[in-house]
Amino acid sequence: MNTALSWIKAYVPDLDVSDQQYTDAMTLTGTKVEGFERLDKNLEKIVVGQILSIERHPDADKLIVCQVDVGTETVQIVTGAPNVKEGDKVPVVLDGGKVAGGHDGGPLPESGIKIKKGKLRGVASCGMMCSIEELGSSRDMYPDAPEEGIYIMKEDTPVGADAVELLGLRDTVFEYEITSNRVDCYSILGIAREAAVTFGKTYCPPAPAVTGNEEKASDYIQVEVQDEELCPRYCARVVKNIRIAPSPEWMQRRLAASGIRPINNLVDITNYVMEEFGQPMHAYDLRRIAGNKIIVRRAKDGDEFQTLDGQLRKLDRDVLMICDAEKEVGIAGIMGGENSKIVDDVKTVLFEAACFDGTNIRLSSKRLGMRTEASAKFEKGLDPNNAQAAIDRACQLIEELGCGEVVGGMVDCYPAPRQPRRVAFDWQQVNKLLGTDIPEQEMLRIFALLDLGYDSEKKEVIVPTFRQDLECGADLAEEVARFYGYDKIPTTLPGGEGTAGKLSFKLRVEELARNVAEYCGFSQAMTYSFESPRVFDKLSLAADDPMRQAITIMNPLGEDYSIMRTSVINGMLTSLSVNYNRRNKNIHLYELGNIYLPKALPLEELPDERMQLMLGFYGDGDFFTMKGVVEEFLEQAGLKKKLVCDPSRKKPFLHPGRQAELVYDGKVIGWIGEVHPDVTDRYEIGDRTYLADLDMQGITKLASFDKKYVGIVRYPAVTRDISMVAKKEIRVGQIEEVIEKFGGKLLESYHLFDVYEGSQIARGYKSVAYSITFRAKDRTLEDKEVGKVMEKILDGLKELGIELRM
Amino acid sequence: MKEKLEQIKAEALERIEEAGALEKLNDIRVAYLGKKGELTSVLKSLKDVAPEDRPKVGQMVNDVRALLEERLENAKAVLARAAREEQMAREEIDVTLPSKKAEIGHKHPNMVALEEVERIFIGMGYEVVEGPEIEYDYYNFEALNIPANHPAKDEQDTFYITDKILLRTQTSPVQVRTMEQKKPPIRMIAPGRVFRSDEVDATHSPSFHQIEGMVIDKNITFSDLKGTLAQFAVELFGENTKVKFRPHHFPFTEPSAEVDVTCFKCGGVGCRFCKGSGWIEILGCGMIHPKVLRMSGIDPEEYSGFAFGMGLERIALLKYEIDDMRLLYENDIRFLKQF
Repeated sequence: MNTALSWIKAYVPDLDVSDQQYTDAMTLTGTKVEGFERLDKNLEKIVVGQILSIERHPDADKLIVCQVDVGTETVQIVTGAPNVKEGDKVPVVLDGGKVAGGHDGGPLPESGIKIKKGKLRGVASCGMMCSIEELGSSRDMYPDAPEEGIYIMKEDTPVGADAVELLGLRDTVFEYEITSNRVDCYSILGIAREAAVTFGKTYCPPAPAVTGNEEKASDYIQVEVQDEELCPRYCARVVKNIRIAPSPEWMQRRLAASGIRPINNLVDITNYVMEEFGQPMHAYDLRRIAGNKIIVRRAKDGDEFQTLDGQLRKLDRDVLMICDAEKEVGIAGIMGGENSKIVDDVKTVLFEAACFDGTNIRLSSKRLGMRTEASAKFEKGLDPNNAQAAIDRACQLIEELGCGEVVGGMVDCYPAPRQPRRVAFDWQQVNKLLGTDIPEQEMLRIFALLDLGYDSEKKEVIVPTFRQDLECGADLAEEVARFYGYDKIPTTLPGGEGTAGKLSFKLRVEELARNVAEYCGFSQAMTYSFESPRVFDKLSLAADDPMRQAITIMNPLGEDYSIMRTSVINGMLTSLSVNYNRRNKNIHLYELGNIYLPKALPLEELPDERMQLMLGFYGDGDFFTMKGVVEEFLEQAGLKKKLVCDPSRKKPFLHPGRQAELVYDGKVIGWIGEVHPDVTDRYEIGDRTYLADLDMQGITKLASFDKKYVGIVRYPAVTRDISMVAKKEIRVGQIEEVIEKFGGKLLESYHLFDVYEGSQIARGYKSVAYSITFRAKDRTLEDKEVGKVMEKILDGLKELGIELRM
Repeated sequence: MKEKLEQIKAEALERIEEAGALEKLNDIRVAYLGKKGELTSVLKSLKDVAPEDRPKVGQMVNDVRALLEERLENAKAVLARAAREEQMAREEIDVTLPSKKAEIGHKHPNMVALEEVERIFIGMGYEVVEGPEIEYDYYNFEALNIPANHPAKDEQDTFYITDKILLRTQTSPVQVRTMEQKKPPIRMIAPGRVFRSDEVDATHSPSFHQIEGMVIDKNITFSDLKGTLAQFAVELFGENTKVKFRPHHFPFTEPSAEVDVTCFKCGGVGCRFCKGSGWIEILGCGMIHPKVLRMSGIDPEEYSGFAFGMGLERIALLKYEIDDMRLLYENDIRFLKQF
């Protein structure tokens, strides 16, 4: 919402503050000023001058030399403007002054354009006559400005006077951010009321006097509202003998400052009242209203209607229409029809000021894809009691401006007049909520300034209908707080019973995961939760792969963001790819992010959101580096048992010979592997890439931060080294299973120290060497005991077809 | 005998003096003091000495032995020191050669900021909780006093999955879930991912993070809200940070406020960073609306509370002077390494 300060001052005449003071104070009482712009910015030393004489320039066909009376002196100005003549009064910027822009109306330079005396083709020129563009405005806002050339001021303008002031440019336009609850503040009067209370000044709204001739509007028009829910009130007045003319300058200036282009008196009055009262109005040419009747009803599904912008609109039964006895003439609250629009020879006008259901207008305007000035106001839900004031104000202006003859009376369909709301008021409760000690009288004083009534007997605040946002005690507390001053409310800390600050167990495990990943050299990545369904093909997933069971967003930003991820792989590979393609070397990343697994599709209940730890890298390291990081994390998380890498089930996006499911205590908790070259090719990563994915939900269930000390045994250990030859396809994991199975209680640890294939080992076989350590808690082990255990282990290994190597 | 001893002594001392190497000292020790050493043999020949002279001669031998041992030890110490010094000189390194770092990974700037915020609130007794990212319309809107067809629903540009299920547009639904599950006193913060259908650009992202905070107890006041957030701002942005509360509107709080902090770049005098105002907006807050309390099973007659919400990216961007939000989701290591 943009308005000129001068318009606010029209209703708060004593307001005398600087632009910055106004900004700060209004913002602190809740009418947030987003910014302001002075209309006279960079306009310096500009006065009204009168052209006394014009001569041709001796050396240039397109230039003329003018003698201009600027009040204090007569200056010579050379100009190329085609439109000036002797006797014209024009804005003149004097030597050393400034204008806002160039005559082409392009973007305004930040610090304006300085004007100095000089010579044009050898003839001295002192100052410059200004076009409206040079004054920082445009022909749109000053329709009386010539298409090209100098702005010509009125004949009675005093020579030497401040031209900027006379053009209405000594003003500041403020831009507000109005919150959606303050419908009343989407109007000049609403803001003026807030300003008056903020600065403790008197608020003087216009008092629309009842106008009209002896006739009755009801003799001209009848109104029937068929859907009272969607149209709680419909006011109609009639104006005859319309005389279309430009509106007065003051009205044009106020509209222009609000960004509204002045057109003619009739259009300008409706726009003016819309700004002033926040109530949109519509004018119909009464000749074109069949049967002199207005019917407000819903459209029928499939109806079509041509709006006054010439577009054909498809309607449905939830669109409210304004109709005459025969046809539709407008879409209620959104846009009038081509068939009833005002044309130049209009004689009699029907004014409509109605109240429509805000939600209906909002939804209709959304469905129709047309948001207009009017619909933007209506959709907020307007006060029906404001409609009459607005239409009366419009008629008052019609009379004052001589725009037509107002017919007496108003046709008003208002079956259920809205009544002021009563809200119980307990001043101590307000203080209790705010933590303040504000006297009751002070609170009541604020209410009175805000035009809120008070029933002292019932202790109820009587809320006028324009303040639909005030419903309960907390709302009243806010009104008190706003004008008492948020800054004056003390600062305290909550008292009462103490509470323990902590992370949840899940978050503690996640914190550990981050710490381990970071200490292992991985940096934290974050990627979006939604991605493209094409990701599945990129990862070579089969058509029936469960990962393809993804939740789809109904209204995504585009296909690339249309499904909720079922794995973090794509995010990780994309991030690695970005780094690879920017020639960053040796990249290790991790992400802790949710995946979204639907229980059924389409979604009936919330999906399973599972936090995943995804680790990924290219550069230094290999499969076993990654495995080490995983083991380190699991161990830190209290998962002390052996992690089993099971290569039997294959994932299509991983290297078939370099991948494993991670199994802990019989449960799959993730996977690890080298990315399949087909996939790295698609992601344009030209290096071996490794991923590990851990299901944090599963791990959190198994995790524990409990620590228990186990005594350090002082008896010596016995270590035996064995070297064996096994078939190549035997995995060391199988050998270790045997060692663990038969090692029994005495087994303390084992350590693989050599794996070898090549000369001296038969083809298809490998040599594997372990160092196995035994220890008893309560005694020094005898060789015999160790020998027995070793025998069992060796027997076990034989069953796998493994031979000891001598 | 005495002469012989003197001769041995003089000879031995001279050899010790000239030894110059640890091994030679050892040889000398063996040659004089060893089992077959010269001094030992003198001692052995003591039996040939007249008995009355034996103590005297014995004493002399022992004196010579003691002297030699002392000199040997001294010479050994000198040589060992020299050898150590030579080793030290030889082992000198160029300390300006590059380091061998164990490369530790870096946290995402969002996480750095979040951990700072969490640390402050955990210190004030707040529990960190979470809620689902895919949420019911009820929790995201209705239970927060945003009924069906409320314009605020449009303002938030919601991604829908079905009519009833959506991607949460705010972390505020965690307020409702917490109130349903816990009895006051409640002090919690709820960080998490939220979604709004904004096109990606330097200041917008369809997916970002918020941190929600909520306190419910008997006698919680707006002044408590002010005090809490003032303390938070000082902890997060530095000692001299001031806060400004501006009236605002949120459907689920009343009274509501937006909070500005003094610009941490210019300290409040106004600069390009704060667009000349000296203030930077960082969060929204207010007293929890009695309707919201009631809907979630908390009696507004008995309890009151406040809530606040802030954008994590906004804080990270401001605090670390990151000028483009897209950097946060590209994961370029040259960016991540700076945090």
